[in-house]
Amino acid sequence: MAEIRVNPTRMELKKLKNRLITARRGHKLLKDKRDELMRRFLDVVREDRELRQAVEKGLRAAYAAFSIATGATGPRPLREALILPRAEGELTVGTHNLMSVICPTFSLRLPEDAGGGCYGFAFTSAELDPALEELSALTADLIRLAELEKTASLLALEIERTRRRVNALEYIMIPQYEEAIRRISMKLDENERGSRTRLMKVKDMMLMAAREAAAQRGDL
Amino acid sequence: MEQSDLSDLKQSGYRVAVLGDRDSVLGFLALGYAVYEAADPIEAERILRMLCADRSFAVIFLTEGLAPHLTHITDKFKDAPLPAIVTIPQADGLGQGYGMDSLHRAVERAVGADILS
Repeated sequence: MAEIRVNPTRMELKKLKNRLITARRGHKLLKDKRDELMRRFLDVVREDRELRQAVEKGLRAAYAAFSIATGATGPRPLREALILPRAEGELTVGTHNLMSVICPTFSLRLPEDAGGGCYGFAFTSAELDPALEELSALTADLIRLAELEKTASLLALEIERTRRRVNALEYIMIPQYEEAIRRISMKLDENERGSRTRLMKVKDMMLMAAREAAAQRGDL
Repeated sequence: MEQSDLSDLKQSGYRVAVLGDRDSVLGFLALGYAVYEAADPIEAERILRMLCADRSFAVIFLTEGLAPHLTHITDKFKDAPLPAIVTIPQADGLGQGYGMDSLHRAVERAVGADILS
C-alpha cells in the first residue's frame, strides 16, 4: 500500500488527525447515501419488473390481435389503412430529483384521433379495432416503463459511483491515515525517549562533576 | 459517456420513436409514434444512430430481436438522461426476454449481484 510520506512533526500529526476525522465522517455519510439509494433503487426495480411483465404480456396479446387482423384483411390493405400520415404524439419531459439524481419524467399527449376511427372501415376487418385498442391502452404503461428503466439505470450509475467512493475511503484512505498517524506518533515517542535518556545522562554527568568538585573542595 | 444536464433541456415537444421489424411496428403506426422499420440489424443501427443524434427523441422503443445487436449504441446512452432506449417484445418472439435481462444487468451493476432472480 502506498503510504503517506510526511515529516514526523506534531503539526503534521494534528493535520492528519483532522483529516482522518473528516474521512470517517464522509465515509459514514456516503455509506448512508448508498444504503438509501439502494433502497430507492430496489423500489424502482421492483415496480419496473412488474410493469415490464404486464407490458410484455399486453404487447404479445396486441401482436397476436394484429396478426389476426392481418390475416383477415391482408397485409397490404392493412398497412395502407394504418400508414396514413397523422399528427405525432407530443412528449413532455419533466425532471424528478431522487437523492440528487436528476431523473426524467415523461408524459405523452397523443393526437385526438389516435387509436381508432382514422382509417377506412370499408377495406379493413373488424379485428383491427380491438387490436388497436389493446395497443393504445398500453401507451401509458409503455411511457411509464421508459421512465422507470431510465431511472433505474441512472440510479445504478449513482450507486456504483457511491459504492466506489465508500470503498476507497474505507479500504484506502482511512487505513493510510491511520498508518501515517501511527508512524508519526511512534517516531515522536521515540524522539521523546531519546531526549529523556540524554537528559538523564547529562544529569548524571553533572552530578558526577559536582560530586568531584565537592570532594576536591573537601581535600583542600 | 453522454452526460448532459436535464435542467437546461427544453421541456416539451419531444417525440417518441418505435424501431423494429415490419410486423412489430405495424400497430404503432396508428397511434402517433414516430415509427421506423428496420429489416436487419445493420439498417437498425443506421436508424438508431440517426434517432440518437436527433435530440428531439426522448424515448426510443426498440424491439428485442434488434436490441442485442445494438448494445454498443444503447450502452452509450444508458447513463445519459435522454434518450431512454427501452426494449419491447418483438412480434415473432425473437430475442425474447432481452428486456428483462437488461433490468437484471442494471441490478447487478448497482448491487454487485443479481438479487432479483
